[in-house]
Amino acid sequence: MHSEDAVAERPWGALFEGDRADGAIYRDPALFDAEMDRIFKNTWVWVAHDSELPGPNTFKTGHVGTSPVLITRDKKGQVHVLLNRCRHRAASVCEKKKGKQSVFVCPYHGWSYDPDGSLRKVPHRWGYDENFDPADYPLFSLRVEQYAGMIFATFNADAPPLEEHLGAARKWMDLFMKQGGGFGVKVLGQHSFRFPGNWKIQLENTTDAYHFPIVHKTFLDSLDEETENVFDVLGQGGWVEDLGNGHSVMVMIPSLIDLEADLEAPIPDRFADLAAELAAEGHDDLTVRRLVRAVGGTGFNLNLFPNVACSMAFFRVLRPVDVATTEITHVAIGMDGGESVGPANRARIRLHEHFQGPMGFGTPDDAEGWERVQRGVRAGEGMPILVNRGVSAPEGTAEPGHEAGDVSSEVGMRAAYRMWKRMMDE
Amino acid sequence: MSAVTLDRPAVTLADLTAFIWAEADLLDRLAYKDWLKLWSTDGLYIVPVERGVADHANAVNVLYDDAEMREMRVKRLLSGFSMSSAPPARTVRTVSRFVETARNETSVDLRAAQVIVEYKYERHRLLAADVDYRIELSAEGLKLARKVVTLINCDDPLHGIGYLL
Repeated sequence: MHSEDAVAERPWGALFEGDRADGAIYRDPALFDAEMDRIFKNTWVWVAHDSELPGPNTFKTGHVGTSPVLITRDKKGQVHVLLNRCRHRAASVCEKKKGKQSVFVCPYHGWSYDPDGSLRKVPHRWGYDENFDPADYPLFSLRVEQYAGMIFATFNADAPPLEEHLGAARKWMDLFMKQGGGFGVKVLGQHSFRFPGNWKIQLENTTDAYHFPIVHKTFLDSLDEETENVFDVLGQGGWVEDLGNGHSVMVMIPSLIDLEADLEAPIPDRFADLAAELAAEGHDDLTVRRLVRAVGGTGFNLNLFPNVACSMAFFRVLRPVDVATTEITHVAIGMDGGESVGPANRARIRLHEHFQGPMGFGTPDDAEGWERVQRGVRAGEGMPILVNRGVSAPEGTAEPGHEAGDVSSEVGMRAAYRMWKRMMDE
Repeated sequence: MSAVTLDRPAVTLADLTAFIWAEADLLDRLAYKDWLKLWSTDGLYIVPVERGVADHANAVNVLYDDAEMREMRVKRLLSGFSMSSAPPARTVRTVSRFVETARNETSVDLRAAQVIVEYKYERHRLLAADVDYRIELSAEGLKLARKVVTLINCDDPLHGIGYLL
């Protein structure tokens, strides 16, 4: 037996060994603070998709770890991630979720900032002496880089370049973005919700096909037979593959890895009406086939450590709030092709609502399951969390040299926890 | 002689509120199959994620249910296989502050306030909402033609909801 205090004195990384973790990883507030410091202030954290900043002087607000940030595009098009905290006495400079504006004025004493973070003007400048230079007080700016339209930020000036950090995951990001159907990917809207549980419970879930037929039985029962076969995620020879740096991919529907392949295949019956609508919009046959094939998204979940996943047809973003509270955002994406792809985007939105969100046919059951983990882990101090499941991946699927297992394996969780351990030990 | 037996102009606010209270009672008692019968065939049940949206069809919503989706949803909630709704949180709801906003030959629009208290796992949660109703005055009596439940915090993080609003 050990107390939580004794755990706090141990090297954090020791809480995960091989294929099992100590239950304290979900419940220790001191560990949570250490994670915010060693992981969320240290590595690349997803903050936005490029389409969420649709022009000069647009912005959205968000978080990097527990720090509120402002994500802006300046008038030259450059993206900035800035702490949402006035340099004077710390008031937040913006409380809108998104919008367009060329200046951010702190409501408390009127300090005003440009979208690039520079301090533009201080009211009643005479009250400061001649050594006071506004150039010394911009909003705190994080490092920002992007890949495939995904914008990431980090507090760590020494973090490796984003592309190096993503490594083998980049191939899968490129494949994921093919669901733009040739028009590019655009954010269409989002659901967000919280559950009373630790953030790593959600991190595990996006690489957990094992739960799908059990937790999501009622979702599967609501589908037509053809679609139900598509969602037989354990029965199609899929696999889970460690992509390095905590990232992993879980392929559930191998026939939907590359959305630009097999365009000559017959259009499934359930999409016949959609295909007719798209043809009526003036799209040629090949474009109609590409749009229809892309409408349901890809057949895989790409988990990017620590806070985002490219999950079949949407982005799953997690935000740790406290040790036992996590906020999830399901970002619906579609095709950036204007009104002519309207029928495809509406179909995507309805499919998204069917499973995702606070009243979807899938999400509430996931959330209940995660809450049950947090409730259950109050018992059994010293008993491990098992992430040891998995037999070999089907022959010839994963890239040589990558650890891989069958689709129901917990390879992706082990990949994430190895990265977690590495960062917590540093 | 008309087949319509309802005396349309005589439908009073009291009739309409009685209808809405009966609906609220069905929902709190999980009498979802009876609830389905309150709807007109082309009725839409919508819970938006943003306030002030006019074009719900082109927006992401918490739910956007036509008759087919409502039936599938009720089947799911009553199946016993959905862990968030077997059992769901208990609910007690009130609907009040009714305002009639429009009326024509066939329907009446109402705006109202709804407060739901849900309870599960020793935790109460409060869900306040503005609700917009379109109630059809049909030959068979009153029918729900449209119900839009705009939660007070719809544009902020919600939680898993295993029952109907």
